[in-house]
Amino acid sequence: MMQAVDGNAIAGELFCHFGTEMTEVSGRCTNCGATGPVGRLLVYRSGPGAVARCQECGAVTIVLVQIRGELRVDTGGYEFSHR
Amino acid sequence: VVKVVRETDAVCTLGLEVRDWSGHLAGQHVDVRLTAPDGYQAQRSYSIASGPEDEAVELTVERLVDGEVSPYLVHELHEGDELELRGPIGGYFVWRPELGGPVQLIAGGSGVVPLRSILRHWSAAGSDAPMRLLYSARGWEDVIFREELSRLGSAVQFTLTRSWPEGWTGGRGRIDAEVLSEAAFPPSDDPLVYVCGPTPMVESVAGALVTGGHRPERIRTERFGATGG
Repeated sequence: MMQAVDGNAIAGELFCHFGTEMTEVSGRCTNCGATGPVGRLLVYRSGPGAVARCQECGAVTIVLVQIRGELRVDTGGYEFSHR
Repeated sequence: VVKVVRETDAVCTLGLEVRDWSGHLAGQHVDVRLTAPDGYQAQRSYSIASGPEDEAVELTVERLVDGEVSPYLVHELHEGDELELRGPIGGYFVWRPELGGPVQLIAGGSGVVPLRSILRHWSAAGSDAPMRLLYSARGWEDVIFREELSRLGSAVQFTLTRSWPEGWTGGRGRIDAEVLSEAAFPPSDDPLVYVCGPTPMVESVAGALVTGGHRPERIRTERFGATGG
């Protein structure tokens, strides 16, 4: 089993994508409804990207993929409560 | 790179002079990117060890045996060399004086690095928030910032997990519920807790804190994982 790191680990990529610091921003897991800051999500890194999972239910919340030098971010599993 | 300080066999601190540095918050990290002559790039995150008030930006890096980036940073880098940085980054694992206290810092191994930044900021800002560090390392020779931390007296408690010097009066063994109850602020003080270290250590300590009655939302963690840094 790959070891998890914290949401802090993707702070750099998220900053590049959103243009602002995101780890203190809160959101809600669309699967179980748990709320908390991005910094508390569990992050699993692999070759071309990273997957952030809900700290409570483990559902995929945010996916980062680097494709030909371009960062794609899918936040489909996570509703930001404020930005 | 303006300075290289060897902390232990496997750890060194790089003092950096960074162009256009905007200043950082205690607990933040930077991403370091290395580019090989053939264009291959590798990037890793490293915690900032210096306080916001310190003149140079310091990164303290531990060499990982199979690492791609850390052996270069620890052994090959010299004063005058250049590095490509992105940052400072992160807002979650950060302490600011206005967050108050009491503050319980808990480190495993090189997890002490961002906590040293927090301690320096705490001291430079003259904060009256009570702050303590509980730091576990394999042996005394593996303790990073030994002298600096020892000067902080009873605010810093060490626990050694594998070997200890003769006459060692500090803690022995890993940080578990018993060590926490002896050396950390109790849940009744409702401390803000920062835990940083290898993933299994952080998870076991965070679990013990919650079981012991600490509120999960008062616990901030930074897991190092095993990402081959």
